[in-house]
Amino acid sequence: MGAGGGGAPELYELPPGEPDPGRGPGILSGLRQEGARGVLIAVVSTFVVAAAIAFAVSRSPNWPAVKEAFFNGEEFRSSFPDIAAKFIRNVEYFVVAEVFILAFALLLAVMRSLSGPVFFPIRALSILYTDLFRGIPTILVVYLLGFGVPSLSLTGVPSSATFWAVVALILSYSAYVAEVYRAGIESVHPSQAAAARSLGLSRWKTFRFVVIPQAVRRVVPPLLNDFVGLQKDTALVAFVVVVPEAFKEAQIIQNADFNFTPLLAAALLFLLVTIPMTRLVDWLVSRQRRRRQVATAL
Amino acid sequence: MNGPRADGEALRLEAIHKSFGKLEVLKGIDLSVADHEVICLIGSSGSGKSTMLRCINLLEPVDAGRITVRGEEITATGVDVNRIRRHIGIVFQAFNLFPHMTVIRNVTLAPMEALGMSKAEARARALELLERFGLADKREEYPDRLSGGQQQRVAIVRALAMKPDIMLLDEVTSALDPELVAEVLNVIRELAAGGMTMVIATHEMGFARDIAGRVCFLDAGRILEEGPPERIFSAPREERTRRFLQSIIEAGRM
Ligand SMILES: Nc1ncnc2c1ncn2[C@@H]1O[C@H](COP(=O)(O)OP(=O)(O)OP(=O)(O)O)[C@@H](O)[C@H]1O
Ligand SMILES: [Mg+2]
Repeated sequence: MGAGGGGAPELYELPPGEPDPGRGPGILSGLRQEGARGVLIAVVSTFVVAAAIAFAVSRSPNWPAVKEAFFNGEEFRSSFPDIAAKFIRNVEYFVVAEVFILAFALLLAVMRSLSGPVFFPIRALSILYTDLFRGIPTILVVYLLGFGVPSLSLTGVPSSATFWAVVALILSYSAYVAEVYRAGIESVHPSQAAAARSLGLSRWKTFRFVVIPQAVRRVVPPLLNDFVGLQKDTALVAFVVVVPEAFKEAQIIQNADFNFTPLLAAALLFLLVTIPMTRLVDWLVSRQRRRRQVATAL
Repeated sequence: MNGPRADGEALRLEAIHKSFGKLEVLKGIDLSVADHEVICLIGSSGSGKSTMLRCINLLEPVDAGRITVRGEEITATGVDVNRIRRHIGIVFQAFNLFPHMTVIRNVTLAPMEALGMSKAEARARALELLERFGLADKREEYPDRLSGGQQQRVAIVRALAMKPDIMLLDEVTSALDPELVAEVLNVIRELAAGGMTMVIATHEMGFARDIAGRVCFLDAGRILEEGPPERIFSAPREERTRRFLQSIIEAGRM
């Protein structure tokens, strides 16, 4: 295995006991050990810091103008329901794209892992694809396909800009997700494949039953991170599609009312989805780490 | 694969050569193993024991030489390696159980997916084997919840579930805490008593003396000396064999 894989795959798993340089302590770290007293101190200090920031901001001479343009309560209340209704579209784009991305990216990663000279063209194709689509800004792909393909009015090809915008997201994100899968596949020790092959399992069955399940399990956290990115990037559809989703709807209202608050309402909607996902990733990472520590302690 | 041969030969290695890059690891290995025979491979670290076993299982392609199993040349071009491997079980030093599967799934995977056995039949066979080796109550556990000795016994059961003609064991007790070694060795003794043909690489000299029909001393990629254990251990002919056994005694492993 390992066609041209250099360097350690970047995973969220670290050798047990090693401090993770990329991540500080979890947000709740220290609270559990300290108990009720710790919670009290955290609440009080949070309150003090928040009050200090609020005081400083509201004392600023520019605050009234900023508040009027960005944090207008009336504007928020009137625009939020409309934008939220359109946000359903973002969720739809996300779900549809993600399903295809997960499958297509896995195919790309498997293609790249095929060893042996016979498979060279397949490997090369997969590498070329991921290099290309990781190198092109997603927005550019969305523009190219979303405007470009419908303008050709080809027969037998869908002409909906929405369709092609979502296809663009799928093509672009699949390249990233394929790399995540590949890191996972390469992290499965070759002795696992050897054990499966030694039992007479074919190459493909070894992949299917032994390598891929372990690879996917290990890369769930980085996969979810890409989910977060995709959820945000569904807003790019707004650049080529007339039917508004949340971002476009917010822009329309902003233009009509000369107020930026609707954009913040849209931002809030995205956060409502992405923040729980991010927290879930953190939780999964720390759970994986704990499990590994338990496993090695045995 | 063929049935037992009239002359009783299970496995034959002829002039096997194997290199990794510039390093020649096997420099012409000849060996003939009879049905029901137990061969122990001894020799210092790096002498090529693991490589030899991996070649027999076709996990490593040989550079030159022939390997035949019951008269069929398995190193010929175009043989179906998957079919060959179904008849040759191998157990590794590091167990290599599938960590994402329960014990029973580890054992039934290959019979179902490589032999096309039904789930019920594969489970029945697995349970019988697990029962026989005292692992029935662990069948729904994941490997990381088992002791090293239990994991290695599961690995042996996993190989046995394919009903192999030959078992290759590569230092199966080296990764175990001393108090867990005996339970695994007892399993191997039982297999030997049942007539299983085995080639065993081991550092456990007491065990080799006990179980082997023949001991082969591997030195720098060659079988330097072979014979019944009584002779090899008490009257080695070669100076290097003597030195190797001396070092084992000094290390307190015999
Ligand atoms: N895949 C490989 N690539 C390169 N060199 C290898 C490979 N496998 C084994 N070797 C080398 O081949 C030599 C023999 O290794 P082998 O594992 O067969 O020895 P061994 O007799 O089993 O030793 P030990 O008792 O330590 O297990 C060693 O020098 C080892 O470094
Ligand atoms: Mg070895």
